[in-house]
Amino acid sequence: MGVRVQSEPFDAGAEANAFTAAATGAGAVVTFSGVVRDEGGRLQAMSIEHYPGMTERALATHRETAVERFGLTDALVIHRYGDLAPGDVIMMVATAAPHRKDAFGAAEFLMDYLKSRAPFWKKERGPDGESWVASKDDDEAALDRW
Amino acid sequence: MIDVLYFAWLRERVGLPRERLETSAATVADLVEELKVREERYAFAFQDLSAIRVAVDQELVGFDAPLAGAREVAFFPPMTGG
Repeated sequence: MGVRVQSEPFDAGAEANAFTAAATGAGAVVTFSGVVRDEGGRLQAMSIEHYPGMTERALATHRETAVERFGLTDALVIHRYGDLAPGDVIMMVATAAPHRKDAFGAAEFLMDYLKSRAPFWKKERGPDGESWVASKDDDEAALDRW
Repeated sequence: MIDVLYFAWLRERVGLPRERLETSAATVADLVEELKVREERYAFAFQDLSAIRVAVDQELVGFDAPLAGAREVAFFPPMTGG
């Protein structure tokens, strides 16, 4: 079902249901949703910047790689940009495969790549002002397993 | 002419999201050196290249990547998606 990059909120449940309904031939569907943490009440807002054009290309490439590598029957990636609040759904991935191991594996693969290979940048606003979220060495290391 | 794009804190430090430049730089690294001597804000933005990633025509590359035929170069911090 492709990739979508959008500022508008989306209904992760409705997306999951539509994805599952279309996943004929699959025996397993895995969905993951990323949610804005409130960081113990410290985070007031988050804004996400992205690189229009490259973002869509990168997501489509990673999706296609996941489909081939894990033998998926379908995959969906949705990622938001713009202003978000704690509790908002930032993004989701859905994967469909004949068996669950590949569906889970592909979802993890896609998440690891989205973390550090898709051109998004998060800025957080809290009591001390605004700051860009730093990348984590762990996120880079997570790619080594693939 | 080449379009140069800046994202996140690089955009803030340079002070603009994109600009079109005339350059004879052979590589990304050469372009960075050209920018750094232009104005202090570029020197500030590009002082630590280990904290900067680069894409040429929307593909991630290293700083040694050639610019011949490139239309667009983008500089940005490590990505924080997901």
